[in-house]
Amino acid sequence: MSAARIVRVAGALVEARPMEGALYELAYVGTRRLLGEIVRQVGDTATIQVYEETNGLALGEPVDTAGTSLTAHLGPGLLGAVLDGTGRPLARLAEAGGDFIGEGVSAPTLDPGRRWAFTPAVAAGTQVRGGDVLGTVEETEGLTHAILVPPRTCGTVTAIAAGEYSCEDTLGTLDDGTPLRLAHRWPIRVPRPIAARLATRRPFVTGQRVFDLLFPVAEGGACAVPGGFGTGKTIIEQSLARFADADIIVYVGCGERGNEMTDVLTEFPALVDPRTGRPVMDRSVLIVNTSNMPVAAREASIYLGVTVAEYYRDQGRRVALMIDSTSRWAEALREMGARLQEMPGEEGYPTYLASRLSLFFERAAVARAQGAPEREGAVTIIGAISPPGGDFSEPVTQASLRVTGAMWALDASLAQQRHYPAVDWDSSFSLYADQVSPWFAEHAGRDWEEIRHYLIALLQRERELRDIASLVGPDALEDEDRFVMNVAWIIRDVLLRQSAFHPHDARSSIAKTYAMASAAVLAARTGRDALARGIPAARLDLQGVRHALSVLRDAPDDEVEVQAGRAVAAATGIASGVAR
Amino acid sequence: MTTFQRTYRGAHAAAGPLLFLQHARRVALGERVVVRQEGQPDRRGQVIDAGEERTVIQLLDDPVGLAPHRVEVILTGEPVRTVVGRDLLGRAFSGHGAPVDGLPAPIGSTVRPVAGAPLNPVRRAKPSDFIETGVSAIDAMNTLVRGQKLPVFSGPGLPGLDLAARIVEGARAPHGEAFAVVFAAVGITARETQVFVDRIRASGAMARTVLYLNEASHPSVERLLAPRLALTAAEYLAFDAGMQVLVVVADMTHYCEALRELGTAREEVPGRRGYPGYMYTDLASLYERAGIVKGRPGSITLIPIVTMPDDDITHPIPDLTGYITEGQVVLSRELHRRGIDPPIDVLPSLSRLMNSGIGEKRTWRDHREWSDQLYASYARGREARSMAAIVGAGGLLPADRRALDFADAFEAAFIGQGTARRTIMETAEAGWRLLDALPREDLARLSDRAFQERQAARAAAPPEEPAP
Repeated sequence: MSAARIVRVAGALVEARPMEGALYELAYVGTRRLLGEIVRQVGDTATIQVYEETNGLALGEPVDTAGTSLTAHLGPGLLGAVLDGTGRPLARLAEAGGDFIGEGVSAPTLDPGRRWAFTPAVAAGTQVRGGDVLGTVEETEGLTHAILVPPRTCGTVTAIAAGEYSCEDTLGTLDDGTPLRLAHRWPIRVPRPIAARLATRRPFVTGQRVFDLLFPVAEGGACAVPGGFGTGKTIIEQSLARFADADIIVYVGCGERGNEMTDVLTEFPALVDPRTGRPVMDRSVLIVNTSNMPVAAREASIYLGVTVAEYYRDQGRRVALMIDSTSRWAEALREMGARLQEMPGEEGYPTYLASRLSLFFERAAVARAQGAPEREGAVTIIGAISPPGGDFSEPVTQASLRVTGAMWALDASLAQQRHYPAVDWDSSFSLYADQVSPWFAEHAGRDWEEIRHYLIALLQRERELRDIASLVGPDALEDEDRFVMNVAWIIRDVLLRQSAFHPHDARSSIAKTYAMASAAVLAARTGRDALARGIPAARLDLQGVRHALSVLRDAPDDEVEVQAGRAVAAATGIASGVAR
Repeated sequence: MTTFQRTYRGAHAAAGPLLFLQHARRVALGERVVVRQEGQPDRRGQVIDAGEERTVIQLLDDPVGLAPHRVEVILTGEPVRTVVGRDLLGRAFSGHGAPVDGLPAPIGSTVRPVAGAPLNPVRRAKPSDFIETGVSAIDAMNTLVRGQKLPVFSGPGLPGLDLAARIVEGARAPHGEAFAVVFAAVGITARETQVFVDRIRASGAMARTVLYLNEASHPSVERLLAPRLALTAAEYLAFDAGMQVLVVVADMTHYCEALRELGTAREEVPGRRGYPGYMYTDLASLYERAGIVKGRPGSITLIPIVTMPDDDITHPIPDLTGYITEGQVVLSRELHRRGIDPPIDVLPSLSRLMNSGIGEKRTWRDHREWSDQLYASYARGREARSMAAIVGAGGLLPADRRALDFADAFEAAFIGQGTARRTIMETAEAGWRLLDALPREDLARLSDRAFQERQAARAAAPPEEPAP
């Protein structure tokens, strides 16, 4: 017990004296031992950001240091868990403290009462080092969890045995006496070590046509999703969590709405992962720090999220990390900075905002994990951004764009027309497109890249034509131009729009996306050719194509092939008057 | 928090709503303070920054006449709390909780800290019960559900509070239960307050209403307290007494201005437009108190009124509000000028919880696609209208001309329902009649099935003369 006492409480910050702590060292604050982290040490005074409600903390209450920094407890049992920003499971907090979150209630991340059947992969006498797979447990049905030697540990296994263990039990030892367990701790602000960063050739397949087709993100990449309120960021993040092709989903609800998290919490257990037939929740870890929960824990939540993601990556998994939203994290940083009386940068954000964001987004990677056997895993980060007033020139958006390889820009006017996902195809971009196009060519269709370019050019042309039409009226346009606008309208309304609520449209397989896109492009080409041959515009009937594409869009996966054939027939037939 | 009371004679300084105390011991953050000065009524305050060198107390009463060197500061050792209970229903209180209806203070059932505690997200129940407000633009296209927080974004001179009053008068819960109403007036004029309260009285809802009234002439520091008192009372009524509670707070713009005033007095680093950097967190601590708790029968539905300065939806107050609330109902000056009542602009309006509140057994099966079609046709009509302003209606394509006619009719007959209350089925019929005028090719959002069923229904029962 130290002699340190609280000398100041202001918002989430507490000053304590006399105290000699280290930066980012954990501290227990007050008689209720609230969890906090030292963020400044001047002379014998430490400033601590507290992860729990500070109302009621009084001057003179004791403060202790823990000797470690904030760590995540990593082991089997994370999947399916709902944690707060510091790693406390919310369900067990509710059991201990009731419906409302009280202060000083603690619960370990991994349930110490739960036992797992461990199968060793190494025998006594084996030399191991950090990252080696010691053995496995089945974490959820069909998902094997590799038990790793903690990073920066090495030695010879002197004992190891199969059996039922809890995360606290010792399942073996190293020659220097280090006990081996199912779980280990890792400081959340430190990236987990890897053997090598690898180049990625594989896309992060989202199941959303506009992203896969126009603005693909590479696995191990990072993408920023800025959008004003009501533009559908949360729906996009949730659709990705449900349908994206990833082994593990880590979803961080950072400073967002309570009812939205309830939505996630009720729907994830009910939703079935189309690839495994198991609930989506079985492959997900949810980290929830709603807007009214303590602000310091919100700051920590994204680091906890990325640490959990890296842990599964190190087991050889492809992990998607969703952050909703990065802006709330940045605001937490600003709030703490202001309380620390730091000199503010742009818009009051601390000047280290950009460097912190860089460090964070760079934790996205495809990596060869340390240790044996050889494993490759990936962490892909999709970070929603909530720019004030929908203005993308603000610091969080701009700092994020410098370190992410893609942007899905959400547009309020599209959202107002109920065009979802409200992705603005003019300002969105992807630097990964070239990198992943060979994969699409192999898995979807050889002309994938060509179709993509055709669509982008067509949409670009339509934008120009719309500007012209708004000045001279659509009647004054050439036949071909009017045809382009009509085709573009179908592309926008049927191909790029996707309903998150339709049973078969909510997730679009690569095959369906390709079939729709190629039929749409075929229709555009056929029509333009016909016009060039002098066939009058009045004879071009797009209703049939539109209808066939809508049917294809709403078709279940096993009917895609049949409907794709019909869409192609409709597209070739637009000039013949027999399309229907 | 310590439980004993300490008294200090004299404060170091007073500035605006703040009182500074030096070398106070064992002060707790959020502690309730009584400031006593001879010849003046006691003032209430709260510790907002506890420090050995300097403690900052925010006063909750008017500081006029406060002499820091002559006061006695009593640190009570407890948080700011308020009495809550069923007996608050039918009563009116000031913005700091004192009765203003001439009756004695309520006894209440219990005393609760006004700051509230965050509801554990895993204990929240998903809001999904449709509330019929009787306003077509809301029921049809921005459906309100029980436990939602749905603000009204108004502008200076627009009838935001009038719309809130209509919702309070017209709201019917799914099983017909009446809502208890908690109203917090925050910095609005005495006249606006009077009109609102009179309407509650006239609708017969007063016996199930609690009023917290901080008017424009009352101390601005009270504006930070009034909505918290209202929500603390509402939490008791909803989660302890099992009632369905509708909370109306007018006007959040005044609240945020009071917050800015306090921040400046504390010499904090200001954020956007001078509002404090923690305004998002602060607003969330109010708005997030709406909701439903698993295993408890009641609910809190929150309707804050936000007056957008200069009708600017990107102003920090509506902007941060929109990021926390589950949608927004936006009023339009243009519609208001054209006499369309209520002047709701449905395009920027949104209800994020709509999908869980509509559909079979709640409203009707095809509500979603019907509503999407209304949106799409109206959005196209509005675009055509701005194009027609440049090229003339004659230069429009036929489909655009039809959409333009649709938009005109939609505003006049559907949005502009006047003061009449419409049931959800009346709203549905009003919308269908507008869609009936459009050919099938203009109705891309409607499925074949929904379209054909409508045709069949029309054939079976030809509608009476169209409404004027």
